[in-house]
Amino acid sequence: MNDDVSRLDQASGLLEFNVNGRRFSARPEPGQCLRTFLREHGSFGVKKGCDAGDCGACTVWLDGTPVHSCLFPAFRAEGRAVTTIEGLATGEGMHPVQKAFLDAQAFQCGFCAAGMMMTVAALDNAQRVDLPHALKGNLCRCTGYRSIADAIHGVREVEQDVAGHACGANLANPFAEGIATGRARYTMDIAVDHLLHLKVLRSPHAHARIRRIGRERAEAAPGVVAIFTWEDVPRRLYSTATHEDHLVDPDDCYLLDDVMRFAGQRVAAVVAESEAQAEAACRLLEVEYEVLPAVFDPEEAMRPGAPILHGDGIAAYGNVFVDIHGEVGNVAEGLAAADIVHERTYSTSRVQHAHLETHGSIAWKDEAGRIHIRTSSQAPFIVQQKLCHIFGLRTHDVHVFTERVGGGFGGKQEMLSEDLCVLAALKTGRPVKWEFTREEEFIGATTRHQMTTEVRLGARRDGTLTAIQVRVVSNTGAYGGHGGETLAAALSCPIAAYRCANKKADGYAVYTNMLPGGGFRGYGASQTTFAIESAMDDLARKLGLDPFTIRRRNMVRPEDWIESIWGEASDVDFGSYGLDQCMDLVEQALRSGRGSPKPDGEEWLEGTGMALAMLESGPPTEHRSGAELQLLADGTYHLAVGSTEMGNGSTTSHRQIAAEVLGTRAGRIAIINADTDRTPYDTGTFASTGTVVAGRAVALAATALKDNILEYASRNSGVPAAECRLDDDAVVCGTRRIPLVTLYAAGTAERHRFAARRKSYLSPRTVGFNVHGVRVAVNRVTAEIRILQSVHAADIGRRINPMQCRGQIDGAIAMGVGWALYEHMVHDENGVMVNPSFRNCRIPTFADVPASEVFFADTYDRIGPLGAKAQGECAINPVAPAIANAVANATGVRFAHLPLTPDRIFASLGTHP
Amino acid sequence: MNLNTVRSVHRPASAAEVGHWRDGYAWLAGGTWLFSEPQPSVDTLIDLERLGWPALEATEAGLDIAATCRVAELYHFVAPEEWIAAPLLRACCEALLASFKIWNTATVGGNICMSLPAGAMISLVVGLEGICTLWPPGGEPREVPAASFVTGNHANVLAPGELLRKIRLPASALKKQFAVRRASLTHLGRSAALLIGTRGAAGEWLLTITAATPRPVQIRFAEDPSAASLRAAIDAAIAPSGYFSDVHGTAAYKRHLSYHFAEEIRAELARAGVGP
Repeated sequence: MNDDVSRLDQASGLLEFNVNGRRFSARPEPGQCLRTFLREHGSFGVKKGCDAGDCGACTVWLDGTPVHSCLFPAFRAEGRAVTTIEGLATGEGMHPVQKAFLDAQAFQCGFCAAGMMMTVAALDNAQRVDLPHALKGNLCRCTGYRSIADAIHGVREVEQDVAGHACGANLANPFAEGIATGRARYTMDIAVDHLLHLKVLRSPHAHARIRRIGRERAEAAPGVVAIFTWEDVPRRLYSTATHEDHLVDPDDCYLLDDVMRFAGQRVAAVVAESEAQAEAACRLLEVEYEVLPAVFDPEEAMRPGAPILHGDGIAAYGNVFVDIHGEVGNVAEGLAAADIVHERTYSTSRVQHAHLETHGSIAWKDEAGRIHIRTSSQAPFIVQQKLCHIFGLRTHDVHVFTERVGGGFGGKQEMLSEDLCVLAALKTGRPVKWEFTREEEFIGATTRHQMTTEVRLGARRDGTLTAIQVRVVSNTGAYGGHGGETLAAALSCPIAAYRCANKKADGYAVYTNMLPGGGFRGYGASQTTFAIESAMDDLARKLGLDPFTIRRRNMVRPEDWIESIWGEASDVDFGSYGLDQCMDLVEQALRSGRGSPKPDGEEWLEGTGMALAMLESGPPTEHRSGAELQLLADGTYHLAVGSTEMGNGSTTSHRQIAAEVLGTRAGRIAIINADTDRTPYDTGTFASTGTVVAGRAVALAATALKDNILEYASRNSGVPAAECRLDDDAVVCGTRRIPLVTLYAAGTAERHRFAARRKSYLSPRTVGFNVHGVRVAVNRVTAEIRILQSVHAADIGRRINPMQCRGQIDGAIAMGVGWALYEHMVHDENGVMVNPSFRNCRIPTFADVPASEVFFADTYDRIGPLGAKAQGECAINPVAPAIANAVANATGVRFAHLPLTPDRIFASLGTHP
Repeated sequence: MNLNTVRSVHRPASAAEVGHWRDGYAWLAGGTWLFSEPQPSVDTLIDLERLGWPALEATEAGLDIAATCRVAELYHFVAPEEWIAAPLLRACCEALLASFKIWNTATVGGNICMSLPAGAMISLVVGLEGICTLWPPGGEPREVPAASFVTGNHANVLAPGELLRKIRLPASALKKQFAVRRASLTHLGRSAALLIGTRGAAGEWLLTITAATPRPVQIRFAEDPSAASLRAAIDAAIAPSGYFSDVHGTAAYKRHLSYHFAEEIRAELARAGVGP
């Protein structure tokens, strides 16, 4: 290399940058990408979803041209005008695209929004007409892209915030402006002084014992501060899964272990001054493995002689972590009485949550010795308890909190990153950050449990069921967190949705050397809903019955005893019933002729399919939540709720619930959440509890504060309490209107306290219903499947925020479409994932998701708060079976194993060119 | 993502400045693949940006595409009217999994040198009978037919340190009628099969099969083939085991698509051959 060539290295001078009009000199690392460079210089709106150019969350402009900043060398931005979301608006106010995204509330967790807006704002008119192409470089896991299309088309959804009318209004997310401007702070959006970086070496083997870890070279590497292996950690078993009842998950893993049970398990952690140094030192660790025989298939794992994953009484027997059995009536007699028996095995695949914000935590110790953990979690209070358990700390000494969380879907109902950060912070005394890569999400987080379900249905000629029998084998992977609970859920509602005197199930959650299963929207019920709804369809076809008819004949009715396979009484009850309405709505929509026509050509086949799902509002395990409300001196309110907001919209609805009760505007209620120091206890936001448990706590606290205020106002004014009422920013006492500011001043002068705190528990539990219908076209040669019409009806009780409810359903449909048709985690014969990236493991893009018609049953629940029921999960459950049923209807071929990718189904279509 | 093992970047103004090539060097064109995966064996980036090669040069001989031409520039190229195959340029850009934002950075040469089966820029330059100009380190430029450039999945004829300088699409090929077919497992996803057929004025017939096979496969006929002769030619060119299996499609599926699309292309070109 000549001396006079332009060089850039550690010794080079500074380069000139212009970011959002701000000029500065800096020296990026030679291999640094623009994304991390911009974040280092304060542009935290530039997000990392994949760091590989696939998701678009890091989109910025260079001289007005949009690029993915994770792929762009930082040094090449020298002398060019860089625009990030923070600089999108010029002059006063917001950019029109930001306004449009606010008007349509075109985000849920909001993590993709900055990149999405930077892309949309750069589209020309031709591109705006062809959104499938224009947005193929932007992934959103929450919205199903419908609200994004709305924003681009100028749809305004947001309604006025009117006092006394909060519930049922389409109010904006309280953090919407922060999301639209890129100022919302997610877990990693903070600059911390003296921060150390943690990186993990992961196992290349699915089953191995570590003989030795040579750490000398790594320890000597520049910047390395600490290295941790199994020899350095508390030898205390725990489960990464989070539940109120810690006993439902097995204590089967260590912080770091000397036995590797899946490829991707963490071997050692390196803490260094920079991420690059930690990464380099990981490569210098010399690990000697004794490779052990591995087993990946749960049926094989149950056979005698299979390699055993866990000893010491962790499993029920062999590799079976837990088995569940039950029978009501007598299935043998029911089958004997049947005119027809349908029997088939259906299976569902493992999929990743793919929340755009990866797992990550930052932990530090303060001067008083308390540990603080800023983390991306759905259950900060349970994480706090688990950390105390592992490290022998008192809860008072551990503070766990979330900032904005970029999606969860069950993936963050798990303690995956907090533990090592706390270990490192305790040992080094310095703040420590660990942020998962996208690859680590695929190989080192959790997935939906893969389940295989044998279904046997007995029926009379008229379609009346005489017996339902299932055998479910769930692959819980190397660790059993959520294994028992998802299996129990699998054996519950999907079976209880049908009235039948004879029901029986046998379920097994089995350890294998695969990536562990975890909680995932739908939580076991999705898997068996797929099996049973596919089987019902097959049975209908054999009997020559319409799929709606056979379901109406057998579906649970409000006068029924809700029962799956267990005879004992349960706390599940019909707080309302709208399944009949959902069935009618979907059937009418499918018959309407709406949607796209079948493509031309005799190679295209057309068919319709539907499926139903029932889900209890909340889990059978204990779940509790607290809320605290205060009236403030300025006459506004402060609401503290323990539950996490991760895009599910709970902060929006909690504010609306409180505003409704307090007769005020949602905008007058400030809300904080998910902080073990600043909010009451909450089990966690999972199992669809955001409304029915945390929302109920809010309603109770708001009612208590309302009573508190009115009683004081009555005392203060001399008007009987029954003649006092709250009206926005005042109390109306008879004919007199007392501003809350005045009342507060008077009350506090007399040592009155305007505050209330309430807890809520989950019992009884109501049930919700979802019915999905689709019309598809299937190309019998290429096996391409196109969704021509997608229809969904939900019975979720009263809608606190209809726009959000629809958004949750749009998102669940998209996720169901991905599960049914596209997402495919492929592992090789050694249990190593072949495609751990968005590029190779595709989640739905704009082009893949149909625009759905979404309807709601007109119900008001007598159990749920303010008439509402849970709705975060169940909408996904009928989507995949409805699609599979439509494909079966179109082609005459049943595809019983997800996903229905063209290469997996073409051969059975029987058309050979 | 950050390439943390990279210690320095060289930004030569001419290829001659690059000098001796060694392990640890990597050419940096658009960087869209390089920065998308960890590259622990790379310590030095040789940036091609300052070489200043003109992106596109259209002459009577054809279209010269610099290796450093951005995909976006190719996409927006306005071709002379008589180049009736020019719509293939756009079709192949759109066949890329990458979005238009990646096109703003990614280069045509980068896609070709990655030499993945689904590299749609490979499909384009092979389908239009391109000639690649290569610059060996320190040696005289050499020319290689685009059809021979890719030798397998992620493999090509480039020697270490050798540069792909440009690809010429001959005007003769750009003046042919064409038909193109593509499928992927997701909508607008990575190609499972991308087939391009062309037909010259004299009836000369060329089919290029890409994505379905580890490297491009070409099948020529002097005149329009029959369905049977086309199928026989495919079988002769590609053994059943010769298809490429990956997460974007099994070999069996890609073989199935290849037969189907080849026949569709044959029929379309035959209709076109009859003339208006």
